[in-house]
Amino acid sequence: MAETGRVAGRDWAVEKDLGARSSRVVDGLRAYRMITAMWIRSTMAYRASFLMTTFGNFVATALDFVAVLLMFSRVDELGGYTLPQIAFLYGLSSTAFGLADLAVGSMEKLGRRVRDGTLDTLMVRPAPVLAQMAADQFGLRRLGRVTQGVLVLGYALATVDIDWTWAKVLLMPVMLVSGAAIFCAVFVAGASFQFVAQDAAEVQNAFTYGGTTLLQYPPTLFATELVRGVTFVLPLAFVNWVPATYVLGMPLPLGLPGWAAFLPPLVAAACCALAGLAWRAGLRSYRSTGS
Amino acid sequence: MGTGRLYATVAAGGFRRYATYRAATAAGVFTNTVFGLILVYTYTALWDERPHLGGYDLAQAVTYVWIGQSLFKTLASGGGGVEGELMERIRTGDIAVDLFRPADLQLWWLAADLGRAAFELLGRGVLPFVFGALVFDLALPTDVSTWAAFLVAVLLGMLVSFGIRYLVALTAFWLMDGTGVTQMAMLTGWFCSGMVLPLNVFPGALGEVVRALPWSSLLQAPADLLLGHADPLPTYAFQAGWAVALLAAGRLVQSVAARRVVVQGG
Amino acid sequence: MKGAFAVDSAFIELDRVEKVFDVHRKTGFMRRELRRVRAVDSISFTVARGEMVGYIGPNGAGKSTTIKMLTGILTPSGGRLRVAGIDPSRERTRLAHRIGVVFGQRTTLWWDLPLLDSYRLMHRMYRIPDARYRENLDRLVELLELGDLLDVPVRQLSLGQRMRGDIVAALLHDPEVLYLDEPTIGLDVVSKGKVREFLRELNAEHGTTVLLTTHDLQDIEQLCSRVMVIDHGRLMYDGPLTGLHEVGDSERILVVDLERELPPIEAPAPARVVKVDGPRQWLAFPAAASAAPLVARIAAEYPLVDLSVREPDIEAVIAKMLHSLGDTTDPPSERATA
Repeated sequence: MAETGRVAGRDWAVEKDLGARSSRVVDGLRAYRMITAMWIRSTMAYRASFLMTTFGNFVATALDFVAVLLMFSRVDELGGYTLPQIAFLYGLSSTAFGLADLAVGSMEKLGRRVRDGTLDTLMVRPAPVLAQMAADQFGLRRLGRVTQGVLVLGYALATVDIDWTWAKVLLMPVMLVSGAAIFCAVFVAGASFQFVAQDAAEVQNAFTYGGTTLLQYPPTLFATELVRGVTFVLPLAFVNWVPATYVLGMPLPLGLPGWAAFLPPLVAAACCALAGLAWRAGLRSYRSTGS
Repeated sequence: MGTGRLYATVAAGGFRRYATYRAATAAGVFTNTVFGLILVYTYTALWDERPHLGGYDLAQAVTYVWIGQSLFKTLASGGGGVEGELMERIRTGDIAVDLFRPADLQLWWLAADLGRAAFELLGRGVLPFVFGALVFDLALPTDVSTWAAFLVAVLLGMLVSFGIRYLVALTAFWLMDGTGVTQMAMLTGWFCSGMVLPLNVFPGALGEVVRALPWSSLLQAPADLLLGHADPLPTYAFQAGWAVALLAAGRLVQSVAARRVVVQGG
Repeated sequence: MKGAFAVDSAFIELDRVEKVFDVHRKTGFMRRELRRVRAVDSISFTVARGEMVGYIGPNGAGKSTTIKMLTGILTPSGGRLRVAGIDPSRERTRLAHRIGVVFGQRTTLWWDLPLLDSYRLMHRMYRIPDARYRENLDRLVELLELGDLLDVPVRQLSLGQRMRGDIVAALLHDPEVLYLDEPTIGLDVVSKGKVREFLRELNAEHGTTVLLTTHDLQDIEQLCSRVMVIDHGRLMYDGPLTGLHEVGDSERILVVDLERELPPIEAPAPARVVKVDGPRQWLAFPAAASAAPLVARIAAEYPLVDLSVREPDIEAVIAKMLHSLGDTTDPPSERATA
C-alpha cells in the first residue's frame, strides 16, 4: 500500500510542478475569485447583519453627499461649479473609489495580519499573496458605497448640461475603470507601506478616503501646489478632475491641454505597475525581516 | 486604596495604553491634517460665496475646521474608545467579572475613557491645530479665560460623548452582532456633531433639531466658546444637562442588563 | 544509519543556514538601540524522505524561524537550503504544492463555513485531480474521525476537532513533507492521542516526511525516532530521543500513594525519594529507565494504593541538557555536519 501511494504520489508531483508553472496573473485572478466566493458565502451566514451593514455603508456615503446638498442650500455655485457639475465629479470619484474599495479594500488590514502572524498562513499556499490578501475578508457590503456613487452619478447625468460627443461617451466607462484602477494602486501601495510600518495603517486613509473626498470637489477650490501634487506626484487628478472637466467643458486643471483627458488608462497602468513594485519590495522586506 | 485614587489609576492606564501606539498616533496626526486641509479649501470657497454664513467669518470657519480635526478622536464623535472594547467584553461574557469588581462599572469605564481622551487631545489634537495655526489665519482668542472656558467645554463634551457610547455599547447585551448599531452610531455622531459642516450652517428646522441633540455638545459647543460665538454658562448648562441625562440612562440600562447577567449566570 | 537513506538522504537539506535580524529595541523614552540578532546561527542538517523528526528548543530559540525558512516564508541570510530539491525562498508557490503546514494556533479553515467548504477550496486552489481529492478526503476524514463534522461550521468545532480539521486541510494535496507547529497544544488527552496515532500512521503507511515542533515531550516520545534541539539559534543536539534523555540526564517522577504514612521508601539506586507528604511519596528515577521494575519492587514490599508516573517537562529536559552541554564548546551532534 505504501508503495502504490508513493508511486502515484510521484506522478502527481510531476503534475503539480506543471500546474505551478502557469502564469502568476492567471493564478492570482483564479485564487482571488475562489477566495472572494468563500467570503461571500461566509457573509451570507449572517444575512441580517449583511443587509444592515450594506445599508449602513450606503447611508454613510449618502450623508456625505447630503453635506454637499446642505452647502448648496446656502449657495448657488462653489468654485464656479453648479450642483449638477459637482455631483458629476462626486459621482465619478465615489463610484471609482467604491469599486476599488470593494475589490481590494481589505488590504488595509495587512498590518494586523503581519502583527498577529496570520500572513504566514497565506504564504504557504500555492497562490500569489497579493491576490489572497486582496480577497481576504472580501466585503460585499461595500456595494453600499458603489450604489451611492452610481446614484449620485445618475442624478448628475440627468441634470447636468453636457455637449455629448462620441469621445465623451466613450470616456465615461474608461474613466470609471481607470479611476478604480488608480485607487486600487493606492490601496496596494498603502498596504506595502504597512510591511514597514504596521501600526501606521491610518496614513493610507489620508490618500484613499482623503483622496476621494478631495476629488468630490472641483479643482478650482484648491491651492495650485495641491492640484499639482495630485496631478504629477500622486496622480489622483486623473480619476476624475482631468477627464471630467473635459467632459463638462470646463477648463482643465493647471491649464492642461484637452488630450490629457484621455490619459487616465496610461496613468492607471503606470500606477498599478509602481504599486506592484512597491508590493514586491514590501513582501521582500517582510521575508527578510519576518516582522 | 481610596476610590478617587482607584479611578485615577484606571484613567492613567487608559492614557498609557493609547500612548504606546506611537506610529499609529503619528499616522493619525497626518491623516487629520490632510482632511483638515481639504475641508479648509471647501469652506473657503463656501464662505467666499456667502460671507458670514452661519454667523462665522472666514477666519472663524477655518478655525472651526482645525478645532474639528483636533477634537475628532478626543471626543470620539464617530464612536470608538471604550465602546468596542466594552462590547467585546459583553459578548464574550467577561463583563460578568467586571460586574463583581468592587468598583462602579460605569465610573470604571468612564475613567478609562477619560484617560484615553486626554491622550488623544495631547497626542493627536495639538499638532494638527498648530499646523492649521501656522499655515492659515485663524481667529484665536488672546485671553487665557476664553481658552480655559473652551477646555471646560471640551471636558463636558468628553462626558457627553462617553454617555452616548456607553449606551451604544450596552446594546451588546441584547444584540448578537453589534456591527450595525456601531455603524449607525458612527454615522449619526459624525453628521450631527458638526464634523461635516458647522451645525449653525444647517438650514431651517434641520438646523434647530441638530443643534438641540446631544452631539452638538461634542464639537459645536466648545468651538463656539473658543470663537466667542457663545457664552460659557448656557453652553455648560446645555452640555451638563445632556451629560447627566445620558449617564443616568446608562446607569438604568446597566442595572437592567446586570440583572440579566446575574439571572443567566453570565 | 546514514547509509540506510543513501538514495534520498537529503530530502530536506540545510547547509550552514543563517538568519540574522536587525532588532530595534526601545531603551528609553525616545532612544532606540539597533541590535543584530542571530535567530538561526549556521545550522546544518539533513532529513531523509520518510523520517519523522522532532524539532525542539526553548521559546525564541529559532524553531519557528527555521520552519519559516523551510516553507519559503522567510529568506535565509546565508547558507544553502533545499526541500525536495527546491529553494523555498525562490520558488515558494512551486514548493507549496509539495508541502503541508499546520500552524497549531492559527487555523486556516473558514470560521463561519462548514468544514467541507474549506476542503473544496483546497481542492481547487491546489488543483487536486477530482478522483485523488475524493480518495484523500475519504481516507483522512475516516482516520481523523471527522465524518459527522463535515457540515458543521468551523466556529462550532472544539479545539481538538479544529486541529484535526486543519491537519486534513494540510494533507489533501498529498504533500511529501508535513510541518507541524505545536500540533497538540491545548488539546485534551483523547484528541492528543488521536492526532499522534494519525501522524504515526501517515508516516508509516504513506511515507510522508514529518517535522514537528512541540512543547510536549510525549509527542516526541511517541512519534519521533529523532530529535533536534536548538538553542540560541544553534543546533545543540541531533540524535535519537534516548540519547536526549541521557544527555539531559532527566528524571521521571513516580508518585506513590501508600495505605498509611510510612518512612521514605527504600528504593534501589539510582531511584530515590524526593518528597514525602503524608501517605504520598515522590520518587525520582532516570527517564530512560523503565518504571516497571521499580513499581514491581514497591508493590511487593509496601502497602500500595495507587501510583502514577509523571513525565519530565520538555523545557526542564532541555534546560538540564543545555546546562550539561554548557562547558563543551563542541556540541555532540551526531549529524550536525552530515
